[in-house]
Amino acid sequence: MTQTSENATARTGTGSRFTFWLGVAVIAGAVALVVLGFFAAPADDEQRDAVRMIFVHVPSALLTYVAFSMTAVGSLMWIWKRSLWWDITAHAAAEIGVIFCALTLFTGSVWGRPTWNTYWDWGDVRLVTTLILFLIMIGYLSIRASGGDEEATSTRAAVVGLVAAVNLPIVNRSVEWWFDRTLHQKSSLTDGNLEDMTLFTLVVGIAVWAAFFLWAMIHRFRIAWLERELRVGDLDEAIIERRAEALHDESPVL
Amino acid sequence: MLRDVRLVALKDLRIEWRSRVTLSQIVPFAALVLVLFGFALDANRPVLETATSGLFWITVMFVATMAVQRSTAVEINDGARRALLLAGIEPIAVFLGKTVAIAAQLLVVQVLLVAGVIVLYGASVGQWVLLLATCVVATVGIAAAGSLLGALVAGVRARETVLPILLLPILAPVLIGATRAFDDALGSVAVDGWAWLGLLAGFGAINLVLGALAYGVLLEET
Repeated sequence: MTQTSENATARTGTGSRFTFWLGVAVIAGAVALVVLGFFAAPADDEQRDAVRMIFVHVPSALLTYVAFSMTAVGSLMWIWKRSLWWDITAHAAAEIGVIFCALTLFTGSVWGRPTWNTYWDWGDVRLVTTLILFLIMIGYLSIRASGGDEEATSTRAAVVGLVAAVNLPIVNRSVEWWFDRTLHQKSSLTDGNLEDMTLFTLVVGIAVWAAFFLWAMIHRFRIAWLERELRVGDLDEAIIERRAEALHDESPVL
Repeated sequence: MLRDVRLVALKDLRIEWRSRVTLSQIVPFAALVLVLFGFALDANRPVLETATSGLFWITVMFVATMAVQRSTAVEINDGARRALLLAGIEPIAVFLGKTVAIAAQLLVVQVLLVAGVIVLYGASVGQWVLLLATCVVATVGIAAAGSLLGALVAGVRARETVLPILLLPILAPVLIGATRAFDDALGSVAVDGWAWLGLLAGFGAINLVLGALAYGVLLEET
Protein backbone atom coordinates (compact mmCIF):
# COMPACT_ATOMS: atom_id res chain seq x y z
CA MET A 1 0.00 0.00 0.00
CA THR A 2 1.37 3.43 -0.92
CA GLN A 3 1.73 6.31 1.45
CA THR A 4 -1.14 8.27 -0.15
CA SER A 5 -3.70 5.49 0.01
CA GLU A 6 -2.78 4.88 3.65
CA ASN A 7 -3.48 8.51 4.39
CA ALA A 8 -6.76 8.27 2.52
CA THR A 9 -7.94 5.35 4.65
CA ALA A 10 -6.89 7.16 7.80
CA ARG A 11 -9.12 10.06 6.83
CA THR A 12 -12.21 8.21 5.78
CA GLY A 13 -12.52 5.43 8.31
CA THR A 14 -11.17 3.71 11.38
CA GLY A 15 -10.29 0.46 9.63
CA SER A 16 -6.92 -0.77 8.46
CA ARG A 17 -5.67 -3.96 6.86
CA PHE A 18 -5.00 -5.36 10.33
CA THR A 19 -8.46 -4.62 11.71
CA PHE A 20 -10.05 -6.00 8.53
CA TRP A 21 -8.35 -9.38 8.94
CA LEU A 22 -8.88 -9.29 12.68
CA GLY A 23 -12.59 -8.76 12.01
CA VAL A 24 -12.65 -11.67 9.57
CA ALA A 25 -10.92 -13.83 12.17
CA VAL A 26 -13.48 -12.83 14.81
CA ILE A 27 -16.39 -13.79 12.55
CA ALA A 28 -14.77 -17.12 11.67
CA GLY A 29 -13.98 -17.69 15.34
CA ALA A 30 -17.56 -16.88 16.34
CA VAL A 31 -18.89 -19.47 13.87
CA ALA A 32 -16.43 -22.03 15.23
CA LEU A 33 -17.44 -21.14 18.79
CA VAL A 34 -21.14 -21.63 18.03
CA VAL A 35 -20.42 -25.05 16.48
CA LEU A 36 -18.13 -26.11 19.31
CA GLY A 37 -20.36 -24.64 22.03
CA PHE A 38 -23.64 -26.12 20.84
CA PHE A 39 -22.55 -29.40 19.27
CA ALA A 40 -19.06 -30.51 20.26
CA ALA A 41 -19.08 -29.63 23.96
CA PRO A 42 -21.13 -32.10 26.03
CA ALA A 43 -23.95 -31.06 28.35
CA ASP A 44 -23.00 -31.00 32.03
CA ASP A 45 -24.22 -33.76 34.39
CA GLU A 46 -25.71 -31.27 36.84
CA GLN A 47 -26.13 -28.04 34.92
CA ARG A 48 -27.10 -29.73 31.64
CA ASP A 49 -27.31 -27.35 28.66
CA ALA A 50 -26.99 -24.30 30.90
CA VAL A 51 -23.26 -25.02 31.16
CA ARG A 52 -22.88 -23.72 27.59
CA MET A 53 -23.44 -20.24 28.97
CA ILE A 54 -19.86 -20.24 30.28
CA PHE A 55 -18.52 -19.84 26.73
CA VAL A 56 -19.92 -16.31 26.84
CA HIS A 57 -20.01 -15.65 30.57
CA VAL A 58 -16.42 -16.45 31.53
CA PRO A 59 -14.73 -14.61 28.61
CA SER A 60 -16.90 -11.53 29.09
CA ALA A 61 -16.22 -11.51 32.84
CA LEU A 62 -12.46 -11.78 32.22
CA LEU A 63 -12.55 -9.01 29.62
CA THR A 64 -14.65 -6.78 31.88
CA TYR A 65 -11.86 -6.85 34.42
CA VAL A 66 -9.19 -6.42 31.72
CA ALA A 67 -11.07 -3.40 30.34
CA PHE A 68 -11.62 -1.73 33.71
CA SER A 69 -7.98 -2.34 34.66
CA MET A 70 -7.02 -0.53 31.46
CA THR A 71 -9.30 2.33 32.49
CA ALA A 72 -7.61 2.50 35.89
CA VAL A 73 -4.10 2.48 34.38
CA GLY A 74 -5.16 4.99 31.72
CA SER A 75 -6.60 7.29 34.39
CA LEU A 76 -3.38 7.20 36.33
CA MET A 77 -1.29 7.84 33.22
CA TRP A 78 -3.45 10.83 32.28
CA ILE A 79 -3.02 12.44 35.68
CA TRP A 80 0.64 11.52 35.96
CA LYS A 81 2.00 11.93 32.42
CA ARG A 82 -0.78 13.83 30.60
CA SER A 83 -0.75 11.02 28.08
CA LEU A 84 -3.52 11.61 25.53
CA TRP A 85 -3.04 8.07 24.25
CA TRP A 86 -3.77 6.63 27.67
CA ASP A 87 -6.67 9.01 28.21
CA ILE A 88 -8.41 7.82 25.06
CA THR A 89 -7.55 4.21 25.88
CA ALA A 90 -9.15 4.65 29.32
CA HIS A 91 -12.32 6.03 27.76
CA ALA A 92 -12.53 3.35 25.03
CA ALA A 93 -11.88 0.56 27.55
CA ALA A 94 -14.55 1.92 29.91
CA GLU A 95 -17.20 1.94 27.20
CA ILE A 96 -16.40 -1.53 25.95
CA GLY A 97 -15.95 -2.76 29.52
CA VAL A 98 -19.45 -1.58 30.45
CA ILE A 99 -20.89 -3.58 27.55
CA PHE A 100 -18.96 -6.69 28.59
CA CYS A 101 -19.97 -6.12 32.19
CA ALA A 102 -23.64 -5.95 31.19
CA LEU A 103 -23.17 -9.14 29.18
CA THR A 104 -21.54 -10.82 32.19
CA LEU A 105 -24.41 -9.85 34.49
CA PHE A 106 -27.03 -10.85 31.93
CA THR A 107 -25.56 -14.25 31.08
CA GLY A 108 -24.90 -14.85 34.77
CA SER A 109 -28.51 -14.33 35.76
CA VAL A 110 -29.88 -16.30 32.80
CA TRP A 111 -27.56 -19.13 33.85
CA GLY A 112 -28.49 -18.71 37.51
CA ARG A 113 -32.18 -19.29 36.91
CA PRO A 114 -31.97 -23.01 35.96
CA THR A 115 -28.89 -23.68 38.09
CA TRP A 116 -29.48 -21.79 41.35
CA ASN A 117 -33.23 -21.44 40.74
CA THR A 118 -32.97 -17.65 40.96
CA TYR A 119 -31.98 -14.84 38.62
CA TRP A 120 -30.25 -12.94 41.32
CA ASP A 121 -28.52 -14.06 44.47
CA TRP A 122 -27.73 -11.41 47.05
CA GLY A 123 -25.43 -13.75 48.88
CA ASP A 124 -23.00 -13.97 46.00
CA VAL A 125 -20.04 -11.69 46.47
CA ARG A 126 -18.78 -11.57 42.89
CA LEU A 127 -22.26 -10.94 41.54
CA VAL A 128 -23.03 -8.02 43.84
CA THR A 129 -19.53 -6.52 43.51
CA THR A 130 -19.77 -6.70 39.71
CA LEU A 131 -23.12 -4.92 39.77
CA ILE A 132 -21.74 -2.11 41.94
CA LEU A 133 -18.72 -1.85 39.63
CA PHE A 134 -21.10 -1.66 36.67
CA LEU A 135 -23.00 1.22 38.30
CA ILE A 136 -19.77 3.08 39.14
CA MET A 137 -18.58 2.76 35.54
CA ILE A 138 -21.93 4.08 34.28
CA GLY A 139 -21.13 7.14 36.39
CA TYR A 140 -17.69 7.29 34.77
CA LEU A 141 -19.29 7.35 31.32
CA SER A 142 -21.77 10.03 32.35
CA ILE A 143 -18.83 12.24 33.40
CA ARG A 144 -17.22 11.52 30.03
CA ALA A 145 -20.43 12.53 28.29
CA SER A 146 -20.90 15.69 30.37
CA GLY A 147 -19.26 17.95 27.79
CA GLY A 148 -17.40 21.16 28.42
CA ASP A 149 -13.66 21.60 28.45
CA GLU A 150 -11.90 18.58 27.00
CA GLU A 151 -8.94 18.36 29.38
CA ALA A 152 -11.06 19.08 32.44
CA THR A 153 -13.43 16.28 31.47
CA SER A 154 -10.48 13.90 31.07
CA THR A 155 -9.15 14.86 34.49
CA ARG A 156 -12.55 14.41 36.14
CA ALA A 157 -13.04 11.06 34.48
CA ALA A 158 -9.54 10.00 35.49
CA VAL A 159 -10.27 10.81 39.15
CA VAL A 160 -13.51 8.80 38.96
CA GLY A 161 -11.54 5.93 37.41
CA LEU A 162 -9.04 6.00 40.25
CA VAL A 163 -11.71 6.38 42.96
CA ALA A 164 -13.44 3.33 41.47
CA ALA A 165 -10.23 1.29 41.29
CA VAL A 166 -9.18 2.13 44.85
CA ASN A 167 -12.61 1.53 46.36
CA LEU A 168 -13.30 -1.72 44.55
CA PRO A 169 -11.40 -3.98 46.99
CA ILE A 170 -13.30 -2.50 49.93
CA VAL A 171 -16.63 -2.88 48.10
CA ASN A 172 -15.71 -6.50 47.50
CA ARG A 173 -14.68 -7.03 51.11
CA SER A 174 -17.84 -5.42 52.49
CA VAL A 175 -20.08 -7.55 50.30
CA GLU A 176 -18.09 -10.62 51.26
CA TRP A 177 -18.57 -9.99 54.97
CA TRP A 178 -22.13 -8.88 54.49
CA PHE A 179 -23.19 -12.29 53.35
CA ASP A 180 -20.63 -14.67 54.59
CA ARG A 181 -21.41 -17.47 52.22
CA THR A 182 -21.16 -17.70 48.50
CA LEU A 183 -22.94 -19.72 45.88
CA HIS A 184 -20.60 -18.73 43.11
CA GLN A 185 -18.72 -21.41 41.31
CA LYS A 186 -15.05 -21.46 42.04
CA SER A 187 -13.17 -20.25 39.02
CA SER A 188 -14.21 -22.60 36.22
CA LEU A 189 -10.73 -22.60 34.73
CA THR A 190 -8.76 -23.69 37.76
CA ASP A 191 -10.92 -26.19 39.61
CA GLY A 192 -10.25 -28.93 37.05
CA ASN A 193 -13.82 -30.22 36.88
CA LEU A 194 -14.47 -29.33 33.26
CA GLU A 195 -14.71 -31.94 30.54
CA ASP A 196 -11.86 -31.81 28.01
CA MET A 197 -14.09 -30.61 25.18
CA THR A 198 -15.77 -28.02 27.38
CA LEU A 199 -12.40 -26.70 28.49
CA PHE A 200 -11.18 -26.55 24.89
CA THR A 201 -14.31 -24.68 23.80
CA LEU A 202 -13.90 -22.28 26.72
CA VAL A 203 -10.32 -21.51 25.69
CA VAL A 204 -11.50 -20.94 22.10
CA GLY A 205 -14.27 -18.73 23.50
CA ILE A 206 -11.80 -16.63 25.45
CA ALA A 207 -9.59 -16.24 22.38
CA VAL A 208 -12.49 -15.24 20.12
CA TRP A 209 -13.94 -12.78 22.62
CA ALA A 210 -10.49 -11.32 23.29
CA ALA A 211 -9.95 -10.81 19.54
CA PHE A 212 -13.33 -9.09 19.35
CA PHE A 213 -12.37 -6.92 22.32
CA LEU A 214 -9.14 -5.90 20.58
CA TRP A 215 -11.01 -5.16 17.34
CA ALA A 216 -13.58 -3.01 19.16
CA MET A 217 -10.87 -1.24 21.17
CA ILE A 218 -8.90 -0.28 18.05
CA HIS A 219 -11.97 1.11 16.31
CA ARG A 220 -13.26 2.93 19.39
CA PHE A 221 -9.82 4.39 20.02
CA ARG A 222 -9.54 5.68 16.46
CA ILE A 223 -13.04 7.18 16.55
CA ALA A 224 -12.22 9.04 19.76
CA TRP A 225 -8.92 10.19 18.31
CA LEU A 226 -10.60 11.51 15.14
CA GLU A 227 -13.31 13.22 17.17
CA ARG A 228 -10.68 15.00 19.18
CA GLU A 229 -8.73 16.01 16.06
CA LEU A 230 -11.93 17.34 14.59
CA ARG A 231 -12.78 19.48 17.60
CA VAL A 232 -9.24 20.77 18.04
CA GLY A 233 -8.97 21.36 14.26
CA ASP A 234 -12.23 23.29 14.20
CA LEU A 235 -11.04 25.48 17.02
CA ASP A 236 -7.73 26.20 15.30
CA GLU A 237 -9.52 27.08 12.07
CA ALA A 238 -11.91 29.37 13.89
CA ILE A 239 -9.01 31.17 15.55
CA ILE A 240 -7.21 31.62 12.21
CA GLU A 241 -10.40 32.97 10.61
CA ARG A 242 -10.98 35.33 13.48
CA ARG A 243 -7.40 36.61 13.23
CA ALA A 244 -7.77 37.11 9.49
CA GLU A 245 -10.97 39.06 10.07
CA ALA A 246 -9.26 41.31 12.57
CA LEU A 247 -6.32 41.97 10.22
CA HIS A 248 -8.51 42.89 7.26
CA ASP A 249 -11.01 44.84 9.23
CA GLU A 250 -10.68 48.46 8.20
CA SER A 251 -13.33 49.93 10.42
CA PRO A 252 -11.91 52.14 13.19
CA VAL A 253 -11.20 50.49 16.48
CA LEU A 254 -13.74 51.50 19.08
CA MET B 1 -2.21 23.90 57.57
CA LEU B 2 -4.52 23.06 60.48
CA ARG B 3 -5.34 26.74 60.68
CA ASP B 4 -6.39 26.73 57.02
CA VAL B 5 -8.51 23.61 57.53
CA ARG B 6 -10.27 25.34 60.39
CA LEU B 7 -10.74 28.50 58.34
CA VAL B 8 -12.35 26.66 55.43
CA ALA B 9 -14.53 24.51 57.70
CA LEU B 10 -15.69 27.50 59.71
CA LYS B 11 -16.37 29.48 56.52
CA ASP B 12 -18.66 26.73 55.23
CA LEU B 13 -20.37 26.25 58.57
CA ARG B 14 -20.85 29.99 58.96
CA ILE B 15 -22.49 30.15 55.52
CA GLU B 16 -24.75 27.26 56.52
CA TRP B 17 -25.60 28.86 59.82
CA ARG B 18 -26.52 32.16 58.17
CA SER B 19 -28.42 30.67 55.26
CA ARG B 20 -30.09 28.01 57.46
CA VAL B 21 -30.28 25.59 54.51
CA THR B 22 -29.31 22.59 56.63
CA LEU B 23 -31.79 23.45 59.33
CA SER B 24 -34.67 24.57 57.19
CA GLN B 25 -34.38 22.11 54.28
CA ILE B 26 -32.08 19.17 54.92
CA VAL B 27 -33.37 18.30 58.41
CA PRO B 28 -37.05 18.42 57.38
CA PHE B 29 -36.15 16.34 54.31
CA ALA B 30 -34.57 13.68 56.54
CA ALA B 31 -37.65 13.63 58.77
CA LEU B 32 -39.85 13.36 55.70
CA VAL B 33 -37.92 10.35 54.42
CA LEU B 34 -38.35 8.62 57.79
CA VAL B 35 -42.10 9.21 57.65
CA LEU B 36 -42.32 8.01 54.03
CA PHE B 37 -40.48 4.79 54.91
CA GLY B 38 -43.09 4.33 57.63
CA PHE B 39 -45.85 4.57 55.02
CA ALA B 40 -43.97 2.35 52.55
CA LEU B 41 -43.63 -0.41 55.12
CA ASP B 42 -47.24 -0.01 56.20
CA ALA B 43 -46.29 1.24 59.67
CA ASN B 44 -45.60 -2.38 60.53
CA ARG B 45 -43.68 -2.19 63.83
CA PRO B 46 -41.80 -5.53 63.63
CA VAL B 47 -40.75 -4.83 60.03
CA LEU B 48 -39.72 -1.28 60.90
CA GLU B 49 -37.70 -2.48 63.87
CA THR B 50 -35.79 -5.01 61.74
CA ALA B 51 -35.24 -2.49 58.96
CA THR B 52 -34.40 0.50 61.17
CA SER B 53 -30.62 0.41 60.64
CA GLY B 54 -30.93 0.19 56.87
CA LEU B 55 -33.57 2.92 56.65
CA PHE B 56 -31.48 5.16 58.91
CA TRP B 57 -28.41 4.88 56.70
CA ILE B 58 -30.33 5.18 53.43
CA THR B 59 -31.69 8.45 54.80
CA VAL B 60 -28.16 9.54 55.71
CA MET B 61 -27.00 8.75 52.14
CA PHE B 62 -29.77 10.95 50.68
CA VAL B 63 -28.97 13.71 53.12
CA ALA B 64 -25.27 13.37 52.25
CA THR B 65 -25.90 13.96 48.55
CA MET B 66 -27.86 17.09 49.46
CA ALA B 67 -25.16 18.34 51.80
CA VAL B 68 -22.46 17.74 49.18
CA GLN B 69 -24.52 19.54 46.51
CA ARG B 70 -24.85 22.43 48.88
CA SER B 71 -21.14 22.46 49.75
CA THR B 72 -20.31 22.50 46.02
CA ALA B 73 -22.83 25.19 45.15
CA VAL B 74 -21.31 27.49 47.76
CA GLU B 75 -17.97 27.35 45.92
CA ILE B 76 -19.38 27.77 42.42
CA ASN B 77 -21.42 30.90 43.02
CA ASP B 78 -19.58 34.15 42.42
CA GLY B 79 -16.36 32.33 41.51
CA ALA B 80 -15.66 31.58 45.16
CA ARG B 81 -13.60 28.55 44.13
CA ARG B 82 -11.09 30.66 42.26
CA ALA B 83 -10.91 33.09 45.15
CA LEU B 84 -10.16 30.20 47.46
CA LEU B 85 -7.25 29.16 45.23
CA LEU B 86 -5.96 32.72 44.99
CA ALA B 87 -6.03 33.00 48.76
CA GLY B 88 -3.04 30.69 48.75
CA ILE B 89 -4.70 27.94 50.77
CA GLU B 90 -3.34 24.47 50.07
CA PRO B 91 -5.87 22.31 48.14
CA ILE B 92 -5.47 19.63 50.80
CA ALA B 93 -6.57 22.12 53.46
CA VAL B 94 -9.59 23.05 51.34
CA PHE B 95 -10.45 19.36 51.00
CA LEU B 96 -10.12 18.65 54.71
CA GLY B 97 -11.96 21.83 55.66
CA LYS B 98 -14.91 21.06 53.43
CA THR B 99 -14.90 17.45 54.65
CA VAL B 100 -15.08 18.63 58.25
CA ALA B 101 -17.94 21.02 57.43
CA ILE B 102 -19.96 18.33 55.64
CA ALA B 103 -19.28 15.84 58.45
CA ALA B 104 -20.41 18.34 61.08
CA GLN B 105 -23.72 18.91 59.28
CA LEU B 106 -24.27 15.20 58.76
CA LEU B 107 -23.66 14.54 62.45
CA VAL B 108 -26.24 17.14 63.44
CA VAL B 109 -28.78 15.49 61.14
CA GLN B 110 -27.89 12.06 62.54
CA VAL B 111 -28.52 13.14 66.12
CA LEU B 112 -32.03 14.11 65.07
CA LEU B 113 -32.43 10.94 63.01
CA VAL B 114 -31.49 8.74 65.97
CA ALA B 115 -34.20 10.48 67.98
CA GLY B 116 -36.52 9.99 64.99
CA VAL B 117 -36.04 6.22 64.73
CA ILE B 118 -36.43 5.82 68.49
CA VAL B 119 -39.73 7.69 68.47
CA LEU B 120 -41.17 6.66 65.10
CA TYR B 121 -39.83 3.13 64.62
CA GLY B 122 -39.62 2.12 68.26
CA ALA B 123 -35.89 1.40 68.09
CA SER B 124 -34.08 0.86 71.38
CA VAL B 125 -30.36 1.41 71.67
CA GLY B 126 -28.41 -1.35 73.41
CA GLN B 127 -24.87 -0.09 72.88
CA TRP B 128 -24.58 3.68 72.80
CA VAL B 129 -20.79 3.65 72.40
CA LEU B 130 -20.94 1.49 69.28
CA LEU B 131 -23.77 3.60 67.90
CA LEU B 132 -21.90 6.87 68.37
CA ALA B 133 -18.61 5.44 67.08
CA THR B 134 -20.38 4.14 63.96
CA CYS B 135 -21.96 7.52 63.30
CA VAL B 136 -18.63 9.34 63.61
CA VAL B 137 -16.48 6.88 61.63
CA ALA B 138 -19.03 6.33 58.84
CA THR B 139 -19.59 10.07 58.56
CA VAL B 140 -15.88 10.73 58.06
CA GLY B 141 -15.88 8.32 55.11
CA ILE B 142 -19.07 9.73 53.61
CA ALA B 143 -17.85 13.32 53.96
CA ALA B 144 -14.42 12.54 52.49
CA ALA B 145 -15.79 10.75 49.43
CA GLY B 146 -18.51 13.40 49.17
CA SER B 147 -16.26 16.44 49.19
CA LEU B 148 -13.90 14.84 46.65
CA LEU B 149 -16.73 13.99 44.25
CA GLY B 150 -18.37 17.34 44.96
CA ALA B 151 -15.25 19.11 43.67
CA LEU B 152 -15.20 16.71 40.74
CA VAL B 153 -18.69 17.59 39.54
CA ALA B 154 -18.35 21.30 40.33
CA GLY B 155 -17.75 22.31 36.71
CA VAL B 156 -20.11 19.79 35.15
CA ARG B 157 -23.31 21.17 33.67
CA ALA B 158 -25.66 18.44 34.95
CA ARG B 159 -23.93 18.18 38.31
CA GLU B 160 -27.13 17.77 40.37
CA THR B 161 -27.92 14.52 38.61
CA VAL B 162 -24.38 13.26 38.10
CA LEU B 163 -23.36 13.51 41.75
CA PRO B 164 -25.71 10.82 43.16
CA ILE B 165 -24.77 8.43 40.33
CA LEU B 166 -21.12 8.78 41.26
CA LEU B 167 -21.41 9.05 45.02
CA LEU B 168 -23.98 6.42 45.96
CA PRO B 169 -22.26 3.33 44.47
CA ILE B 170 -18.95 4.38 46.03
CA LEU B 171 -20.74 4.63 49.39
CA ALA B 172 -22.10 1.08 49.14
CA PRO B 173 -19.54 -0.28 51.65
CA VAL B 174 -20.56 2.44 54.14
CA LEU B 175 -24.21 1.53 53.78
CA ILE B 176 -23.45 -2.15 54.33
CA GLY B 177 -20.96 -1.61 57.15
CA ALA B 178 -22.85 1.07 59.05
CA THR B 179 -26.13 -0.84 58.77
CA ARG B 180 -24.54 -3.97 60.22
CA ALA B 181 -22.84 -2.04 63.02
CA PHE B 182 -26.18 -0.39 63.84
CA ASP B 183 -27.87 -3.80 63.81
CA ASP B 184 -25.51 -4.76 66.61
CA ALA B 185 -25.90 -1.47 68.48
CA LEU B 186 -29.70 -1.68 68.31
CA GLY B 187 -29.63 -5.39 69.11
CA SER B 188 -31.78 -6.31 66.09
CA VAL B 189 -29.34 -8.81 64.56
CA ALA B 190 -26.54 -10.69 66.31
CA VAL B 191 -23.43 -9.55 64.43
CA ASP B 192 -20.07 -8.21 65.51
CA GLY B 193 -20.59 -4.49 65.03
CA TRP B 194 -17.03 -3.59 66.06
CA ALA B 195 -15.57 -5.62 63.17
CA TRP B 196 -17.78 -3.63 60.81
CA LEU B 197 -16.54 -0.45 62.42
CA GLY B 198 -13.05 -1.51 61.31
CA LEU B 199 -14.22 -1.75 57.72
CA LEU B 200 -15.81 1.70 57.96
CA ALA B 201 -12.54 3.08 59.34
CA GLY B 202 -10.70 1.52 56.40
CA PHE B 203 -13.11 3.14 53.96
CA GLY B 204 -12.70 6.50 55.69
CA ALA B 205 -8.91 6.29 55.67
CA ILE B 206 -8.72 5.28 52.01
CA ASN B 207 -11.00 8.06 50.88
CA LEU B 208 -9.28 10.69 53.02
CA VAL B 209 -5.93 9.79 51.43
CA LEU B 210 -7.46 9.62 47.94
CA GLY B 211 -9.14 12.99 48.40
CA ALA B 212 -5.97 14.57 49.77
CA LEU B 213 -4.05 13.37 46.71
CA ALA B 214 -6.62 14.09 44.02
CA TYR B 215 -8.25 17.29 45.27
CA GLY B 216 -5.43 19.54 44.12
CA VAL B 217 -5.54 18.14 40.60
CA LEU B 218 -9.28 18.78 40.42
CA LEU B 219 -9.17 22.23 41.96
CA GLU B 220 -6.46 23.48 39.65
CA GLU B 221 -7.48 21.85 36.40
CA THR B 222 -11.24 21.81 36.26
